Amino acid sequence: MISRRKLLTVIAALAGFASLRKTVKAQEPTENYDWNKHYYAFVVDTNKCIGCGRCVRACKIENEVPMLPFFFRTWVERWVWLEGHEEPNVDSPNGGFDGFPPEYDERAISKSYFVPKLCNHCARPPCVQVCPVGATYMTKDGVILVDEKYCIGCRYCIQACPYGARYLYPFDGPRESRRGTADKCTWCYHRITRGYKPACVEVCPTQARKFGDLMDPEDEIRKIIEEERIQVLKPEMGTKPKVFYLGLDSEVR
Amino acid sequence: MSEILWQALQQVQGYIYPNEVEVNWSVLIALYPYITGLVAGAFIVASLERIFKVEAVKPTYRLALLTALAFLLAAPLPLVAHLGHMERALEIMMTPHLTSAMAGFGFVYAWYLMAVLLFELYFDYRRDIVMWAQEKTGIKGFIYKILTLGDYDISENAVRADNRIVNIVTVIGLPSAAFLHGYVGFIFGSIKANVWWSSPLMPIIFLFSAMVSGIALVLLIYIASSYIRGVELDRACTDTLANYLLYAYLLDLSLEFMELAHLFYTQEEGIDAIRILIMDKMFWTFIVIQIFLGTLVPIGLLIFARTGIVKFNIRKYLYIFATVLTLIGVFAMRWNVVIGGQLISKTYLGYSTYIMPLFGPESISLALAIWILPFIILAILVKLLPPWEEPHEWERVELE
Repeated sequence: MISRRKLLTVIAALAGFASLRKTVKAQEPTENYDWNKHYYAFVVDTNKCIGCGRCVRACKIENEVPMLPFFFRTWVERWVWLEGHEEPNVDSPNGGFDGFPPEYDERAISKSYFVPKLCNHCARPPCVQVCPVGATYMTKDGVILVDEKYCIGCRYCIQACPYGARYLYPFDGPRESRRGTADKCTWCYHRITRGYKPACVEVCPTQARKFGDLMDPEDEIRKIIEEERIQVLKPEMGTKPKVFYLGLDSEVR
Repeated sequence: MSEILWQALQQVQGYIYPNEVEVNWSVLIALYPYITGLVAGAFIVASLERIFKVEAVKPTYRLALLTALAFLLAAPLPLVAHLGHMERALEIMMTPHLTSAMAGFGFVYAWYLMAVLLFELYFDYRRDIVMWAQEKTGIKGFIYKILTLGDYDISENAVRADNRIVNIVTVIGLPSAAFLHGYVGFIFGSIKANVWWSSPLMPIIFLFSAMVSGIALVLLIYIASSYIRGVELDRACTDTLANYLLYAYLLDLSLEFMELAHLFYTQEEGIDAIRILIMDKMFWTFIVIQIFLGTLVPIGLLIFARTGIVKFNIRKYLYIFATVLTLIGVFAMRWNVVIGGQLISKTYLGYSTYIMPLFGPESISLALAIWILPFIILAILVKLLPPWEEPHEWERVELE
């Protein structure tokens, strides 16, 4: 017979162990979160973006994206049309991480704008289709995620994404468990499932980035998508993106 | 690793997405369709004799099968070596995600290896293996004893049954070989995000270039092995193979032409980027090596050899020259598809650069090592299972 005292000690030890395992892990939703009750979308208002790059910095810090100019979950592009030029000048130095140094003579510019980019969390995602092991998948609430414990690092999804939204997490990257696997924007899944906004949306000083829940009738996002003229990137790809743009120029790809 | 990326970043031209600086599919992935192409092509040479009853190529029948096996054994190596997590490689077979074109690889590969090649080789060689098992002693004898799989029946009936099985397996094997490689083409052709890859013609182009490379490889190995063994070349066999190489080439060239004609005639979005890709970024590997040296020159040489103006002794050298150029040209084709498709940015506004490291993972030295491996495997296979048509010792007694 086990004495009552011993039994209680064992139970306490088990509970302690279980609570240790409960430490918050990125990408894991909270316990009382029901993913059937949400369906997310993202709106980018290019008219409002000032190219400060706060979103890029916030994203890299929040999500342990390597601080190198080759790996981005989100980045900002600068499109400049100079007078008399047929083609635009596009750049994104370090993904816009450090903002944009002035490069053009203001008097020669006919129009210019910034375009924040991120994973479009397509409703018909080619990356999910081509993953040979099913490591990248769509959640019920409409987010495309990668299982870093399962991805074999074949990089087929990186090739299949028309938007360049994915990269291979480098073997010397800060987060060990993610090395050698495909990485991409998760819309900060660890935040949104707790009711917060994605980091890039949180820090945007001009509200050029908006995030919301289409299942929530009160959500601002829903109103914008229902009432405004919206655009998506590369609609001809048939991917049905869920990042909607306001004021997007037709040349932007 | 990141030094190479810093270098590549310096050489970016125009605007590319920031994540595109890294060329994700390296030289190893160019090597992979090259090797499977050689497998499929070599098998098609073998089936010429079996299915299409082209008697002239008989001397290369078994050699072609062994070549296919040697290259097939090496085929998964570049793929596995390139994975970010090699230890998870088998997941592709254990938990395949069936909407992925790539998920079938393990099954296509296993089917082709187990159900086609090993089957065909076993039944084709069975009689000889039994004879060798009874004749040889020591380790070699032991190996042959294992290879018999315990079946020592070589009565006339049994041999006839073997032969029938080989015929059936070849009939299944031919579409399998075509599928093995056409499938590789589909992996690229189905990527709609990439203007340079996305094409329904891709599997067929891959298939015909595979035939070209496979015939050239078998022909070259046949000429080289005859030289090493000090045996006269079988003229009819050599000329016939060269003829088939020419036919395959003409089909391959017209398909390639159709693809380019379609691209340039329809002028869809991204055509300007493709034009610069071909004329500038890949001028040497595409225009000079793949099209001119790797296609037009060998076709010219083969046509010239076919006219019969030159004697066989000189023709032989034309064939050697043409096949070597072919093997280089087809590799250039794989390179231009795999690497070329990644140089062109999905913005259509810029180009990245591929820098190949000399050593380490995904380096040229690893690619070369994987490329040499099938030849070593082939040398061992040839020693173990001589594919030559000379009478065996026991047959010589019968002949006398």
